[in-house]
Amino acid sequence: MSQSGMKYVDEFRDPQAARVLLRELDLSIERLGATPSKPLQIMEVCGGHTHAIFRYALKDLVPPALEFVHGPGCPVCVLPMGRVDDCVAIARRPEVIFTTFGDAMRVPGSQMSLLQARAEGADVRMVYSPLDALALAEANPTREVVFFGLGFETTMPSTALTVLDAERRGIKNFSLFCNHITIVPTIKAILDSPGMGIHGFLGPGHVAMVIGTAPFEFIATEYKRPLVVAGFEPIDILHSLLMVLRQLEAGEAKIENQYARLVDPNGNRVALEAITRVFELREFFEWRGLGSIDHSGVRMRAPYARFDAEKKFAIPNVRIADPKSCQCGEVLKGAIKPFQCKVFGRACTPQTPLGALMVSSEGACAAYYQYARRAHIETAA
Amino acid sequence: MNARLKDPILTQMHSRWLGKRITLAHGAGGRAMRELITEIIAPAFDNPLLAPLEDQARIPAEFLQAGESLAFTTDSYVVSPIIFPGGDIGKLAVCGTVNDLAVGGAQPRWLSCGLILEEGLPIDTLIAVLASMGAAAREAGVCIVTGDTKVVGRGAADAIFINTAGIGTIPRGRHTGPRNVRAGDKLVINGTLGDHGIAVMAARNDLALQIPVRSDCAPLNGLIDVMFTAAPGLRWLRDCTRGGLATVANEFAEEGGFSLHLDEAALPVADAVRGACEILGLDPLYLANEGKLAALVAAEDCEALIAAMRTHPLGCDAAVIGEVHAERKGLVVLRSRFGGERVVDLIDGEQLPRIC
Repeated sequence: MSQSGMKYVDEFRDPQAARVLLRELDLSIERLGATPSKPLQIMEVCGGHTHAIFRYALKDLVPPALEFVHGPGCPVCVLPMGRVDDCVAIARRPEVIFTTFGDAMRVPGSQMSLLQARAEGADVRMVYSPLDALALAEANPTREVVFFGLGFETTMPSTALTVLDAERRGIKNFSLFCNHITIVPTIKAILDSPGMGIHGFLGPGHVAMVIGTAPFEFIATEYKRPLVVAGFEPIDILHSLLMVLRQLEAGEAKIENQYARLVDPNGNRVALEAITRVFELREFFEWRGLGSIDHSGVRMRAPYARFDAEKKFAIPNVRIADPKSCQCGEVLKGAIKPFQCKVFGRACTPQTPLGALMVSSEGACAAYYQYARRAHIETAA
Repeated sequence: MNARLKDPILTQMHSRWLGKRITLAHGAGGRAMRELITEIIAPAFDNPLLAPLEDQARIPAEFLQAGESLAFTTDSYVVSPIIFPGGDIGKLAVCGTVNDLAVGGAQPRWLSCGLILEEGLPIDTLIAVLASMGAAAREAGVCIVTGDTKVVGRGAADAIFINTAGIGTIPRGRHTGPRNVRAGDKLVINGTLGDHGIAVMAARNDLALQIPVRSDCAPLNGLIDVMFTAAPGLRWLRDCTRGGLATVANEFAEEGGFSLHLDEAALPVADAVRGACEILGLDPLYLANEGKLAALVAAEDCEALIAAMRTHPLGCDAAVIGEVHAERKGLVVLRSRFGGERVVDLIDGEQLPRIC
């Protein structure tokens, strides 16, 4: 890591710049007439934003009349329990080396997580890229290497390119258990939910790097809500908030791009081509906490069936309902705060997560639990 | 494993072993084991208390001065890979136990060495690890005076596991612990966070990142002696190993019944470690260290302590990073660069890199 590389990050963590933005946010909130009892709700769609908001304690710094609503953008959190059970079933096959990103290993299924399956003898390995899984397949020709593909459009291109690479190199013992999801129908489902009170959105910067800004236009045109595609540094987030508020002040609803240093409005052509070649939309996909959402997941197209773990292995495909006590859906839609959920911090903790949002460190409930629970900041309020 | 002996004398002494591997016979108690101990292990640790090769080390009682007390500790080392930039499992096994003694105010004196070797381990790797243990012991001024060797079948261990126990003497007047701590005391650290955690992660084959970070693995007893000289009333020390500074800070706060307020802007983190953390979604507060300590000190002694620490090679980046508060007992609070506060809690399990 070069010195100049870190300086580039430091620019976006400059306390002086933050103070200027915070003052502007205060003034804007005042002009908008929002109050702590009737706050402006801004949803950050992406789990990376949720994480940064907590890590840099931005929640305590923005005006009290501005409320963050933590959206569905942590792919690990929204993975349904039945899907984890499917992973465990594949991983336990003796011929299989099951590969996955680190944070997916702890997600609980109805019986166990992948970490627990590994402790019980399954060959589960953590990788940092699907290409690592492909290399494992090459190195272990007598085994079947399965990669657990999950994530939004952010991680979809690397998985698609890996499948294309496997095809080009004629690797036969590699397959993908595809659980990729797509963000746009999910935002639409939230906007369509009854009693939705969100005033504006911080758009997912990493997803927009791939798909560009155009797919978000419907939020402005049909739902009249502003969305600003935001970077992940604290200054990015504060700046994007201000851009949303400025639109609200002007009575406008537009899609703006704060993360222009990385996001091209047209997206990334190479990535999009790979995605389109390998994947097609599923009719529906199940989300933890949100239920089934039409066209919100992708599966592999027919020409790549030989790399499709769902075709290669008998997958139980069990559907496990979310526990009734969980109020993840209401938290995701901003109707309640994590600490207002009946089971938060009691039956539902990061050690024993019941609900989606307690699963990964980017989930809203896990972030509250980790960074705020013990301070009693929220429960006292 | 590409461990190679660099010392020409040792290389010559061990030449008949090079290229060979550990077999179950080396742990069976017969001739092969005897040869391994007398030709490989004992010479690496060479000292008069070990030399008789009895079943125990016999330490004359007169070493203990009036008013001194003993400190006794043990730890096991199972790191993978066993050799990484800045150290190896042998150096770690000595430094870890030396540091566990030293943070209690003890001067480490004698160590034991329990080896569990996996059948098939290249003997030149073992020689390299033992040479490294010997060098680390000499650096720390301790003697490895007794030991044990077991060989387990292939697959029953990961190349080599080491247990070290250690005995140290605590000079009169050193009483560290929670009872001494007062509100307003300062939290001090001797250098950058997370170097060991990132170095080991980068050395594992599954991480395709070239990160120029070396483990900070080092014996801290010399530095700690300097610290006690500068601030004899040092309140409480811990070394920040697994779980990192965040875990030690939580242990301090919970066991001491106070809160610790950390200042994010003051936390020393090397640029390369920061960069790796950004890429992998890790928090340097939770990364492992093997040559870092956190110390609580009275505010009035703080300046002298920091000045003294900076004269020692292992303390040149010493910094004040936090303060003890009486309210919100048991809590560690981090003040961000922007002035916001967040809780630094214990972590659940190990840190796993995030998906995106």
